[in-house]
Amino acid sequence: MISNTSFFLLLIGCTLVTFIPRVIPFLVARNFTISASVEKWLSYLPVCIFTGLIVESLLETGGSNTISINWEALLATIPTIIVAFLSKSLLTTVLFGVVCMAVMRLVL
Amino acid sequence: MESIKVEEQEELHTLSYLDGVKDCIPTLLGYISIGLAMGVVGVSSGLSILHVFLLATFVYAGASQFIICAMIATSSPISAIILTTFIVNLRHLLLSSALAPKFTQYSIQKNIGIGSLVTDESFGVAITKIARKEPINDRWMNGLNLTAYLVWIAACTVGGYIGGWFPNPEQFGLDYALPAMFIALLILQLQTIEPTKLKHYLLLITLMIICMLTFSTFLSSSLSVILSTIIVATIGVVTDK
Repeated sequence: MISNTSFFLLLIGCTLVTFIPRVIPFLVARNFTISASVEKWLSYLPVCIFTGLIVESLLETGGSNTISINWEALLATIPTIIVAFLSKSLLTTVLFGVVCMAVMRLVL
Repeated sequence: MESIKVEEQEELHTLSYLDGVKDCIPTLLGYISIGLAMGVVGVSSGLSILHVFLLATFVYAGASQFIICAMIATSSPISAIILTTFIVNLRHLLLSSALAPKFTQYSIQKNIGIGSLVTDESFGVAITKIARKEPINDRWMNGLNLTAYLVWIAACTVGGYIGGWFPNPEQFGLDYALPAMFIALLILQLQTIEPTKLKHYLLLITLMIICMLTFSTFLSSSLSVILSTIIVATIGVVTDK
């Protein structure tokens, strides 16, 4: 259990550290014109971040500087990528991924 | 040429709050399943339902909320929890940087409102729309953001209520909703890229995988995502002709 005082300190701190990184770029962008190369750099962010987040979901980080592959997630990821390509739909892909994972856990 | 411009302007003008709500719907399964799981985990970590509700409302960040609960359960010091939350959420700096230039014509208050509700998913939906050269505006973005926000708070709170008797959400594969959504967002993004640039992007994806595998051996996975992204996006600019 956590005391209410500690919880509220925690809540205030965590609110600030999640609010600030989200909002600062919106305040900065108003006052600066963005150069072509920065704009190009920003255009590469989505593909990089989503690839990073997908790889993150495929890794199991052990405590002691070791990583291993989450085979279950990797097995679900391959058909999910194919379905995303074919369906071009967010909802279809998510539904397929969830069912795929559920079926795999039932079978394996 | 001019008539196309006028049409675009009109569309920009007529794009409504409700359009944003509609474009949010495909992501809601992810928010609901992860939110329910979040509520269950929160209560089992010793938080009250009110605590779960407050975290969802003010912190509004899935991965961070899970980590906060895990660290509360292990009685970590508050400072360590806040620092970890900061690191896990630092990628929002990158997400917001990519979105912010599209909203500079609106007031500061509107920009703060839009920025404070940026998530991986709302970013993904917005940036996909931008990549397809479809118009976006403030009302659309607010519709998208607020729908996700309210559904997330509701899902977390309901998860807290049913925490005691909700069966293991993993059994139903619900924890995989989030990675599946990232896969869909990546593929949708790739499908908007000109065929001539695809090779370049595939190189960057390969580099991302290599960077992630390397950095994850000695850094936290969320720091690895940030560092890999900064390095690979820079390589992208340098190698782009």
